[in-house]
Amino acid sequence: MTDATTDTTGTARFSPLHQQHVDAGASFTDFGGWQMPVRYSSDLAEHHAVRTAAGIFDISHMAEILVEGPAAPAFLDYALAGKISAVKLGQAKYSLLLNADGGIVDDLVVYRLGEERFLVVANAGNRFAVVPALAERASGFDVTVTDLSDQIALIAVQGPASRAILEATTGITGLGIALDELKYYWSTDAAFNGAPLLIARTGYTGEDGFELYIQTDEAAELWAALSAAGADHGLVPCGLASRDTLRLEAGMPLYGHELGTDVFPAQAGLGRVVALAKEGDFVGRAASERGPAEGARVLVGLAAEGRRAGRADYPLFASTDADAPAIGVITSGALSPTLGHPIAMAFVDPGHAELGTEIFIDVRGSRVPASVVALPFYKRDK
Amino acid sequence: MAEPTTLQYTADHEWLLVDGNTAVVGITAYAADQLGDVVFVDLPDSGDEITAGSVVGEIESTKSVGELIIPVDGTVTEINQALVDAPELINSDPFGEGWLIKISFAELPTLLSYDEYSALIAD
Repeated sequence: MTDATTDTTGTARFSPLHQQHVDAGASFTDFGGWQMPVRYSSDLAEHHAVRTAAGIFDISHMAEILVEGPAAPAFLDYALAGKISAVKLGQAKYSLLLNADGGIVDDLVVYRLGEERFLVVANAGNRFAVVPALAERASGFDVTVTDLSDQIALIAVQGPASRAILEATTGITGLGIALDELKYYWSTDAAFNGAPLLIARTGYTGEDGFELYIQTDEAAELWAALSAAGADHGLVPCGLASRDTLRLEAGMPLYGHELGTDVFPAQAGLGRVVALAKEGDFVGRAASERGPAEGARVLVGLAAEGRRAGRADYPLFASTDADAPAIGVITSGALSPTLGHPIAMAFVDPGHAELGTEIFIDVRGSRVPASVVALPFYKRDK
Repeated sequence: MAEPTTLQYTADHEWLLVDGNTAVVGITAYAADQLGDVVFVDLPDSGDEITAGSVVGEIESTKSVGELIIPVDGTVTEINQALVDAPELINSDPFGEGWLIKISFAELPTLLSYDEYSALIAD
């Protein structure tokens, strides 16, 4: 599912919700060094549940890093590609950690919890790249960087019924703002059974949804309470397989597939995430201003007919001519469960990136025609 | 539905229900479970000559692609047309409605028994 870096210790890690997944009959897969549920029942059933009702995901493998101190806003402006100092209290922002060459070390979400207090949420497989990078970049700033990943569990409830489910969940109290007033990419403090709970209206599925940060020893109770509240709303537990097809339909990049240290944000359509207009230097600024090399491949969406899907690493060609050179490669692909036809994200030579361009996917020896289409493939009705 | 204990198996997770010189071929419940939801099946045509060990079809799920490898030389006598419209039959009934092809053959190699196959997937 990912070729992102794994845990440096090489030993499998388990979610604080592992026993719940075993009891629910989950199959497991290694993801970023963690044994995480890949599916409980059926990838397609879980996918459709999120599009039509709701799904609950354990994403406790994500890394949570607390950044606090008087210099926290200035430090994050320097350490990350976005203008984090402009993020309002309670707001979340999608950002990037770049290296000095302008490549992407990780994509992450930053929550502003206080004037001088931020929560940085990184990909599981990149925890051991992000934490040292932040610690190193903190030199000279009055700020502390604390890796809280082992103390925090993360549960996502995604789908059109997600708000109703949270509102019906017993034990959630002390909301700073009513959930129907909580805007997309904002968060609110709350409590669960008296323990601190952070509820964010964020997600990775293209649906309305929430992500709930809770201390690990309360995670099982919260999972159970959400599941009980969701029973009347069609909530089902969902694994990483459905999460992957959902995020692909929503055109969201996955580290190790669409993003990597050899990818400039501009190539992946994330140029807007790099705040070149912000004041002062930041890691990767000079390289970002130069931009990717002339002719560097760019990320596009592809749609095809039929049912044979191109998959990650399948090469792309401009024609069916056997001697034609490859003009790109697929980074993620699947038969879209919602749309019913094959979709893919791919890096292609810039001359083949125009919307409507016909491209041929080499699907295990046969050339399947596809068209360049706009991302995302799927957009929910709001 | 075929009774799994009476079938013969390959190490590539196919089952064969042998009757004289013909065999019905499918993939095992274990293989179907490993693949996840099957969304597309590419089968040979009726009448195709098959060479043992070659890839004669593909079974594609939301997440991966499985190859259909038949362990015997033979001729395809029938394919399961129902799978074209409903590939999920492989998940719901791998030993029955989810069968793949029927082949006629001259000589069958030694295959795995149910117990031997069960031991293989238990590893």
